[in-house]
Amino acid sequence: MSFGDQLLQYLFTGITIGTIYGMVALGFNIIYASTGIINLAQGEFVMLGGMTMVYLTTIIKLPMVVGFFLSILIVTAIGAAFERAAIHPLKSPSVITLIIITVAASILFKGGAMFAWGKQTFSLPPFSGEKPISVLGATILPQALWILGIMGAVVALLILFFGFTLTGKAMRACAANRTAASLVGINVKTMVLLTFALSAGIGAIAGIIITPIALMDYDRGTMLAVKGFSVAVLGGLGSSVGAVVAGFIIGIMESLGAGFISSGYKDAIALVVLLLVLFIKPSGLLGSRERGEFKKF
Amino acid sequence: MRKNNLLSLLILAGVILVLPLGLGNSYYLSVLVFVGIYSLITIGLSLLMGYAGQISLGQAAFFGLGAYTSGVLSAKFGISPWLALLAAIFVTGGIAFLIGAPALKLKGHYLAMATLAFGYIVFIVFNQASSYTGGPSGFGQIPRFRLGNFLFRTDVHYYYLVWTLVIVVLLVSLNVIHSRVGRALRSIHEGELAANIMGVNTARYKIQIFVLSAVYASMAGSLYAHFITFLNPTPFGFHFSIVLLTMVAVGGMASVWGAIIGAALLTILPEYLRAFHDYDILIYGSTLLVIMIFLPQGLFAGIFSLVKKER
Amino acid sequence: MTKKGKVVVGVVVAIVIVLLLVGPLSIWRWVPMLRKPPVAYKVGAIFAVTGPAAWLGTPERNTAKMIEEEVNAGGGINGHPLEIIVEDTVGDATRTVTATKKLITKDKVLAIVGPSRSGTTMAVIPIVEEAKVPLISCAAAEAIVVPVKSWVFKTPQKDSDAAVRIYEYMKEHEISKIAIITATTGFGDQGRKQLKKLAPELGITIVVDETYGPKDTDMTAQLTKIKASEAQAVVNWSIVPGQAIVAKNMRQLQMKIPLFQSHGFGNIKYAQTAGEAGEGIILPCGRLLAVDSLPGDHPQKEVLAKYKKEYETKYEEDVSTFGGHAWDGLHLVIAALREVGPDRAKIRDYLENTKNFVGTGGVFNFSPEDHNGLTKDAFEMLTVKNGKFVVLK
Repeated sequence: MSFGDQLLQYLFTGITIGTIYGMVALGFNIIYASTGIINLAQGEFVMLGGMTMVYLTTIIKLPMVVGFFLSILIVTAIGAAFERAAIHPLKSPSVITLIIITVAASILFKGGAMFAWGKQTFSLPPFSGEKPISVLGATILPQALWILGIMGAVVALLILFFGFTLTGKAMRACAANRTAASLVGINVKTMVLLTFALSAGIGAIAGIIITPIALMDYDRGTMLAVKGFSVAVLGGLGSSVGAVVAGFIIGIMESLGAGFISSGYKDAIALVVLLLVLFIKPSGLLGSRERGEFKKF
Repeated sequence: MRKNNLLSLLILAGVILVLPLGLGNSYYLSVLVFVGIYSLITIGLSLLMGYAGQISLGQAAFFGLGAYTSGVLSAKFGISPWLALLAAIFVTGGIAFLIGAPALKLKGHYLAMATLAFGYIVFIVFNQASSYTGGPSGFGQIPRFRLGNFLFRTDVHYYYLVWTLVIVVLLVSLNVIHSRVGRALRSIHEGELAANIMGVNTARYKIQIFVLSAVYASMAGSLYAHFITFLNPTPFGFHFSIVLLTMVAVGGMASVWGAIIGAALLTILPEYLRAFHDYDILIYGSTLLVIMIFLPQGLFAGIFSLVKKER
Repeated sequence: MTKKGKVVVGVVVAIVIVLLLVGPLSIWRWVPMLRKPPVAYKVGAIFAVTGPAAWLGTPERNTAKMIEEEVNAGGGINGHPLEIIVEDTVGDATRTVTATKKLITKDKVLAIVGPSRSGTTMAVIPIVEEAKVPLISCAAAEAIVVPVKSWVFKTPQKDSDAAVRIYEYMKEHEISKIAIITATTGFGDQGRKQLKKLAPELGITIVVDETYGPKDTDMTAQLTKIKASEAQAVVNWSIVPGQAIVAKNMRQLQMKIPLFQSHGFGNIKYAQTAGEAGEGIILPCGRLLAVDSLPGDHPQKEVLAKYKKEYETKYEEDVSTFGGHAWDGLHLVIAALREVGPDRAKIRDYLENTKNFVGTGGVFNFSPEDHNGLTKDAFEMLTVKNGKFVVLK
């Protein structure tokens, strides 16, 4: 395999995994932009999405398409329930409280998954077959193409939603200025609920599409959340485009780092990037100075 | 120092002195040794969280840094465990400064995120730098503490060693709380903007407390290493950082006494609830959640205020 | 919190006093020294039943329970009921240490089987050596019995033997340049060390040496490097999920060279998770998993078939070699108890001189210099065919 082929292979791998990180980061951004909360349970939504899909399609044996949408619905409901149960009842919580709550929630989701499905690793059949496609000396799985395609669709839908629907615009209003939004008649509490639901849904999609390649187990969520967060910060908290771009950047860096430098320290790459961004330019690549300062909830 | 605190300290010292006579069993003593070690960490965390209003999601990393530095220096380079402990304090404190200084100069909660990432990075390094750390398999043969001819070998020895240090640390911490630094910190906690206006150098105090908490954790780590005499990365991961957080949340964030109680509860109870090990992750999660939503000041303070309200 | 501090400490003192008087820490327990000698033979078992190593600890615990019931149904050991006290280490060194101390000082067990993992075993060796309690570990690291410690034994086969069998097979099939890819866990790391140490002795050259984290979901980067090298085969040393993902990634990259796994692959579920990518994987393994394809006169066949049938009937899940390590350890202790009775030192001596013990891991021959008792013949080379393990011809 020539050097060029190797490079191409790393790029393909990097893009594939970068897409997943980007989707997790999108979830972070949506919640952060509207509420100022950093939802450290975001990774668990991804995990739940994958696991629910496995359960529905392999145990209950629903058809893939039905399972796909049903899983998204279920995890979205879980996200909404989380908001109602843990976020909604809080009266002017401190940021520490919020952080601990989301961490606690992620532990609960993890524990719940462990009980429901056990500790082993699960797989899903790929959406359109397993035969690798050769591209110029490197190979790419059909599933990777699905991942890219679905992410593209999700981003497009989000742009439409936030740009052209009333609810989407209402959410953006909340993100810009909560007080003003509520003065104009927007029900802020409902918007918060919706943001969590939406984030959960996106996370679930990410989980479902990655499982055929990377498998899924109850423990997967935490690392995904941390890396997804690094991506969100790199791209600029609150910026959707930033999330997507940063996802690719970190995914490719990881892949190249593993291939050319050291595979053992691969995970550390995203984390070191996070630290560097926090110390050098906290607003990230595409975030504004103003967004860089953490909002108040 | 306030008289009440001195009294409480003396009561605690008395209880600690007397306890082994009633227990005398190496199993119970070793559990109490762990309570002491973890208390060192939680006292530091509660200072950070309760007084400086910051959160560390990677405190286990400082614990690990203390343990590994101490262990590697004494096992592989033959340095005396006491010197190794001191060296570990400098190393860990130094690293805490490097992380804390930039993170704490900014407004908001960058420290939380920075400690999260930092915790993971340290864990990965422990796993990868196998020529020093033995990698995932770890390494053993860590020497025990010696004082002249006296070897700190049995659980009783260690129990007294650890708890003496806890009392010293308590003394220091209570002094800090009731000193100028402590008052400055409390002002930060109440309202950072106001404190800044009044001329309090909030960033400097926050950094100091963060480094102090890391130093405590480092001492705990060294004690741990020379007690178990074997180290591997597993106890120093994110999971333990969460356990520490739960201990502080249960005990009460702004209370060094609460920190000890939290450590005691969450170390002793699991020993009784051995049958429920599978559930421990759920118990930690729900405990944290419930306390944060309903009793954010911690179990005891929360119950006190509830009781007060009833009156 | 000064006044509150005082009250709080008062509460603590009160709780402690209460606990001292009643409850499990009660001082009353320590006053009566002349208690009736326990009729049951107590054996301790420390397994990682929950936590990251549950795939080891759970079958070990199940096996222990199964054996306890079976022995007691048959009238116990010389009339004494067998009580196996299982402690869960959660895969954590601290818990393991406290569990061991509890078993030794509170439960006063006669011997301990476990722990499940090498790291935790190393942590408790000083404790059992000092307390003089025989320990039969279910963990694989060489360092457990090399150098020999008088009270410590182990039942799993040597990692080095696994590597030797792989290399011998390779030499027979003219493979001399290989790539190794291992997980950064205790097990993977041990394997890597053995593979690197033994390669030159057996004429194998390792041209690529890659690692990955135990939770990694994609190893294509590392495998791409391997594909670009001269390696004629890949040896993977890890456990789930890494071992299945490596197989799948290799298939994705259309790599044609053979994949060897370690004995950590010793559960048919893993082969199934790898799906089609699992076909043709070669591994050294205890014969338990391919018992059906063993010849009828093999000395281990009867023991293996019985264990497999009983375990799978009782627990409705596939048997694994890991539970087998617990089986071997417990039955060794039971045999000792039968012969010499409830005396820790005598049990230790008996264990050290056991010869020709037919276990699931192999046929054991202990000696004062060898506290593992197995040679490389304890391993059989297996391969995956049609989703099942069969002996490799």
